[in-house]
Amino acid sequence: MIKRIFIASLVFFCGFSFTGMLQVQNAAAAEPKVKDIILATTTSTVDSGLLDVLIPKFEKETGYRVKTISAGTGQALAMGEKGEADVLLCHAPAAEKKLVDEGAVVNYQLVMHNDFVIVGPTGDPAGIKGKTSSEAFRTIADKGVIFISRGDDSGTHKKEKAVWKSIEVNPQGQKWYHESGQGMGATLLMASEKQGYTLTDRGTYLAQKANVKIDILSEGDKALLNIYHVMQVNPEKFGKVNSEGGKAFVEFMIAPETQKIIGEFGKDKFGSPLFFPDAGKQM
Amino acid sequence: MSVIGEGLAEAVRLLVTLDPEVMDITLRTLQVSCTATFISVLIGIPIGTVLALKRFIGRGFTVSMVNFGMGLPPVVVGLGTWLCLTRYGPFGALGLLYTPSAMIIAQAVIASPIVAGFTIAAIQSIHPKLRLQILALGATRIQYLLLLLWEARLGILAAVIAGFGGVISEVGASMMVGGNVRGYTRVLTTATVLEVSKGRFELATALSTILLALAFCITAALSYLQQRGR
Repeated sequence: MIKRIFIASLVFFCGFSFTGMLQVQNAAAAEPKVKDIILATTTSTVDSGLLDVLIPKFEKETGYRVKTISAGTGQALAMGEKGEADVLLCHAPAAEKKLVDEGAVVNYQLVMHNDFVIVGPTGDPAGIKGKTSSEAFRTIADKGVIFISRGDDSGTHKKEKAVWKSIEVNPQGQKWYHESGQGMGATLLMASEKQGYTLTDRGTYLAQKANVKIDILSEGDKALLNIYHVMQVNPEKFGKVNSEGGKAFVEFMIAPETQKIIGEFGKDKFGSPLFFPDAGKQM
Repeated sequence: MSVIGEGLAEAVRLLVTLDPEVMDITLRTLQVSCTATFISVLIGIPIGTVLALKRFIGRGFTVSMVNFGMGLPPVVVGLGTWLCLTRYGPFGALGLLYTPSAMIIAQAVIASPIVAGFTIAAIQSIHPKLRLQILALGATRIQYLLLLLWEARLGILAAVIAGFGGVISEVGASMMVGGNVRGYTRVLTTATVLEVSKGRFELATALSTILLALAFCITAALSYLQQRGR
């Protein structure tokens, strides 16, 4: 009797896993490989919820299936450089330029911008309110207040490093300098918990605002513009890249209709848009 | 506190209303982890049995490798699988990266040593005289093996429970090789990580609650099976 129940349940368990296998295979069979597009992007486009709006629309219109890999811009660019992704959506123009020059990516298009802001505890213990980014960073370093860095080579981290470099301060290894090694959303939470300062893109901050006890203290600095580009990984250099899919995605991102959605995104929830559409403009 | 409370309420609401996205994620979690456990049983039990019964040169080393493998960090397995499956990696031609199959492979690698290790222990804990008796009664080789496995069933079910528990709870490997693609490779653990970084703690708590409930149901069913008739 026990034996029978044992066998019956074993059969059930195996049966279930087999349906799993079959379904997995069916899904793969129904969608030919070329339909898959690997989009390597920064965490901010995912964490802010923008891609949750755009991707389903793109998939519905074109029939492609987008595999969005949300990583720091550093990893996204590295994936592009190795031909491991089909299309990239990043925000580190200086690092992207290197890939364009090398010929690793083509069809490099401006999509949108927002800006970086320096956020910190509501009381602003270091007193950076209203200062420019470099002044604010210098004050933070001088006073030794906690600063949370992404530390993950993302676009935001690259921008942060550029500011440190411009004021010739090396924060690495300082007691007040913490590297979270995580995405923007998680880093904001950490800054809030530790009551520290951090550099963030405005979009993720607005999306995360309800959960954190930190405020925007320095903004509007020209040096803190956050510019997003979309680009195709060069199919001539990497034979396995889905060139049609990549091209379709780039075209979708700069299409007037998509640009309008980008400009509207977040208005209803946060009162102001999270991103400003820029396609076709000159930087 | 309110987050936890609201999270629990949200979990109940998502389950009662059969929220399509959550159902989809839950079902996929089950499929991936059950398939991976099943594969690890196919690999782990034979290896465990051989290692428990056979004496050969290098056996001690192999057993210690299996024991070491029981503690393989999922994130290391994830990285290894990722590197093997990338387009220009050794198995890139299969085009498996960022698919549920890739997650199943990684999870099976994690669970197989666990199942094998528990199987070794289970079979070796059978009284040695029982083995002699089975042989003395004239059992064929197959009968001998089946009887031994049957006698070790409690330990072997423990192996399955441990293997399943190991894979359904891991996030590092699934995130890396699955990519957390919405509607395709998103499972409960990776979805939880994403919702936390989006700042949606209630939903993250709800997903965690569903994951706990799922893990509990499966392990409870297996435990019931194990303890029946005791």
